[in-house]
Amino acid sequence: MDQLFNRKYIVQGLFIVIALILLGKLFYIQIISDSAFISAESNVLKKKYKYPARGAILDRNMKVIVQNEPVYDLMVTPNEVKPFDTLALATALDITIDDVRKKLKKARTQSNYQSTFFERQISVQSYARLQEIMYRFPGFLTQDRTVRHFPDSIAGQLFGYVKEVSPEDIEKSEGYYKPGDFIGKSGLERSYEDFLRGEKGVVNTLYDAKNVAQGSYANGKYDVNAVSGERLISSLDIRIQRLGEELMRNKVGAIVAIEPATGEILAFVSSPGYDPNQFVGKDWGKNYMSLLANPYRPQIVRPIAGQYSPGSSFKPVDALVALQDGAIDPSTTFFCPGYYMAGNHKVKCEHVDGTINMQRGIARSCNTYFCHVFQNIITKNGMKKQRETYAHWHEQISKWGFGQKLGIDMPFEKAGIFYKNDHYDKIYGKRWGYTTVISQSIGQGEITSTPLQMANVMAAIANRGYYLRPHLIKGIGDKNVVKKEYVVKNYVGVDEKYFEPVIQGMFEAVNAPYGTAKESQIPGITMCGKTGTVQNPHGKNHSVFIGFAPRDNPKIAIAVIVENGGFGGSYAAPISSFIVEKYLTDSIKPKSNGYTVSAFANTNLLPALKEKAKPGKLTKADSLLNKKTDSTRRIKDSLKIKAATLKRTVAAKPKALKAVITDKPVIKK
Amino acid sequence: MQQQQGNRFFFNVDWITVLIYVALCTIGFVNIFASVPPEQSAVFGFNTLYGKQLIYVITGLVLGLSILLFDGRLFNVFSPFIYGGTLLLLMAVLVIGNKVAGNQAWIAIGSFKLQPAEFAKFGTALLLARYVGAFNPKFRDFKTIMIAGLIVGAPLVLIMLQPDTGSALVFLAFMFPLYREGLSGYFLLIFLGMIVLFVADFLVPTYILIIIITAIAGLFIYNNRRKQKIIFSTILVTVFAIAYLFLIKVAYEKVLAPHQRSRIELMLGLKTDNRGAGYNVIQSQIAIGSGQATGRGFLQGTQTKYGYVPEQSTDFIFSTIGEEWGFLGCSVVIGLYIFLLLRLVNLAERQRSTFSRVYGYCVACILFFHVFINIGMTIGIIPVIGIPLPFISYGGSSLWSFTILLFIFLKLDSNRMGFF
Ligand SMILES: [Zn+2]
Repeated sequence: MDQLFNRKYIVQGLFIVIALILLGKLFYIQIISDSAFISAESNVLKKKYKYPARGAILDRNMKVIVQNEPVYDLMVTPNEVKPFDTLALATALDITIDDVRKKLKKARTQSNYQSTFFERQISVQSYARLQEIMYRFPGFLTQDRTVRHFPDSIAGQLFGYVKEVSPEDIEKSEGYYKPGDFIGKSGLERSYEDFLRGEKGVVNTLYDAKNVAQGSYANGKYDVNAVSGERLISSLDIRIQRLGEELMRNKVGAIVAIEPATGEILAFVSSPGYDPNQFVGKDWGKNYMSLLANPYRPQIVRPIAGQYSPGSSFKPVDALVALQDGAIDPSTTFFCPGYYMAGNHKVKCEHVDGTINMQRGIARSCNTYFCHVFQNIITKNGMKKQRETYAHWHEQISKWGFGQKLGIDMPFEKAGIFYKNDHYDKIYGKRWGYTTVISQSIGQGEITSTPLQMANVMAAIANRGYYLRPHLIKGIGDKNVVKKEYVVKNYVGVDEKYFEPVIQGMFEAVNAPYGTAKESQIPGITMCGKTGTVQNPHGKNHSVFIGFAPRDNPKIAIAVIVENGGFGGSYAAPISSFIVEKYLTDSIKPKSNGYTVSAFANTNLLPALKEKAKPGKLTKADSLLNKKTDSTRRIKDSLKIKAATLKRTVAAKPKALKAVITDKPVIKK
Repeated sequence: MQQQQGNRFFFNVDWITVLIYVALCTIGFVNIFASVPPEQSAVFGFNTLYGKQLIYVITGLVLGLSILLFDGRLFNVFSPFIYGGTLLLLMAVLVIGNKVAGNQAWIAIGSFKLQPAEFAKFGTALLLARYVGAFNPKFRDFKTIMIAGLIVGAPLVLIMLQPDTGSALVFLAFMFPLYREGLSGYFLLIFLGMIVLFVADFLVPTYILIIIITAIAGLFIYNNRRKQKIIFSTILVTVFAIAYLFLIKVAYEKVLAPHQRSRIELMLGLKTDNRGAGYNVIQSQIAIGSGQATGRGFLQGTQTKYGYVPEQSTDFIFSTIGEEWGFLGCSVVIGLYIFLLLRLVNLAERQRSTFSRVYGYCVACILFFHVFINIGMTIGIIPVIGIPLPFISYGGSSLWSFTILLFIFLKLDSNRMGFF
């Protein structure tokens, strides 16, 4: 054994060291890191999603309003495309060869390896032509899916539209939505997305290195079948919805009808409307642009986003709160000389009613009466405590839903305006009183409300003291599940006993010879209601009617607003009567006053566009934008009043007090 | 007498090594079976890869066992002729060889393909063993180093001309038997230093390397300031090292082909490439990594089954083992190799004749290079160098040449008490 023998150990040692290095690296990539495992999965495993049918929506009588219709898309996987006959493809699709190239290029920019849209919603004819020659276009394939279809073309704004998800939607969904998925973007499609969409199915398929499918992964153990979306039953009555849309044709405004006992919305008309079928096709973009260009802004969902002064329709609420408060009793009378003096600000009344009681005040819509009522309410704790008393009154009125969202199952509901003390404190400091905010007593001034809020007020009166949260979907799925928040009674804080006198007033408004809403009479039906005429400084006043019927055990509460319709009695009241009659009797009998549905449907009340008005910009018709300028004007008016009041209180205090005294109600027993 | 001799022969063969050999061949066959696409493995046939491999394994075993029947002395006597023959084949392949992937590596005889580079390994091993065994030269002499260098260098240069860098690299394995026989350890250190400098030259700017080398040299000289000879050689080494650094850059740009350059850059992590040269390595690493501790199971590897790893039955067969048998399977295979290599060294050391000992070391070190380079490549610690994994990779030429290489030694070992 020579000394070189020891070199054996160096050689063997080297072998062992190298082996340990190899094992070390193997230990790392096999045991410590799992990135390789994930990469191997993503190499071979491709998920293909199966799209469930979106849930259908039925009306309350189980008539289909929204259903699905099959459409075909031509898909392309750019890296699988081989040179093909572009002319043949162009001919089959009715497009130019240039389009084919452009679309292919666009698909390439999106993804080379994934199937992307080449042409969406190809016509049935194109689809038939393509089926025979598809083998000539490797890399292309047709895919069928369904789109929404509205057989009656009604209630576009109500149901909203379904559209491909945006990157933000994908991000928000935390992985549920994938590019190319569809999602409800507005209306009920949006608020009931989780129910309507169903559950996507998934098929896990193994692919080899040449991207050829090799069959199911783990024998389909992880595959999921698509589950169809839930069927929804809407509370709408398709008959009166259609009638309402017809009556509101060529008018700007809204109709909301509610079943008082349940809070179910029977009609939800937003005018001008649009055909919802325009927003399912590949012309979506084009149609949407033309919608936006319409100066009457059909994209606004007026029943929940239109904010109007409630006008005279606010008076019944006023009366009820006053009765509950003890500020008046049903027999309290005031004297109406045709106006009411709030300090030296004159509130006009349409009539000279003389001595007038509450029922007649409602029936005649006497401004003077309700200014006195308001004065009584706010000053009942003394002149010094008017602000505190206003806060209490605000609280009571708020119970009716003013100034807050009612929580309807539709996105983008507006709350309306109903200011608290702090708003007036900011403008007037602590020196303001009932005269400052007197306009609110007759539903004018700062207060605004949505048609939904107005109809809901009627439902609360019809129920004699409570309302159920208004909603559009009364049943979800085969079991007709009703959301539990829809069966909770929301009390408005007025005792039942106070309602009859007020309802009597509303009954007289419709049915007495001196009523302001005579145009809404329906033979054989005891309609109770109230007209309103909302002042519009930019044109003709808005016509408003709110009411319910029948008087006992009411079935329908309604609010109708026709912009630029003039007096409440001229348009809103007759339109209401048609709808109520149709709903209660399923027919419309000829009227003694000769009014017909077609006459109203054919009346065009769309305001003329000003020369300078441009599509999409502020137009005269746009009551919503006008509101802002309206209220600015009102604030200016109020400031004038304030200035006047200040002058009085400083310079002529006794005189002012005297005025207050003469303004005191004359109580007749 | 005849009977007794037969018995003695039987007991003298190291059957444990044969057993490991059979085990590795079997592992190879099983994993080649797993590596072919599923539709091919459904029906057994001799035209499939694994069918052919089965034939190679059986004929290989027959070949190996028949080598045991030869008179061991023949290998010593005929070594110059065997060496000469393989050199001729290497020259022939340059003239009449078939181009495979840009390399002129094969000679086709009918449907049979011969890869002379594989056979050149044991030809060289035999002649080297004979030279050392017969002349018992002193490795301090320059002449000895020259002759040994020539024996190894001639086939190496011919293989480089094919060009087959991978196979040529394996010839560096002959440094270890020579080291065992007395070649200065400095040669190994210089070799190691060259590799370290090569890698470092890509990762660190050249001027920083020069500063570091000079600093180390300065410190070394200061410590040995009394010994003039050491000072002289240190300066010499430093100058050579710096010259080498510049040479690398030039050689890298001018000598290496673009695909070789990109393989080196990939291995050093200087660039990433998921589709080109890096594709094999990435997919191979994914396959091995996805095997995790115990593997996905026989025929269950998706990377393997669906063809994600190119050349999987040949150079990348280890990825199949890694994917389907996991860390456990990899450890078993590496364990078998290490056991074999350590045993071969032990067997070599028990030889009486220098010829047998040198040859034994050659066998162990050639196998070691193959195993290290091949597995290192599949897990990304060595650039892509296309050489087979001994006994496991698909292919007749490589299996047979490894069989011959190994069994000649087993024959020599069974005769270890004999006289040469
Ligand atoms: Zn009056």
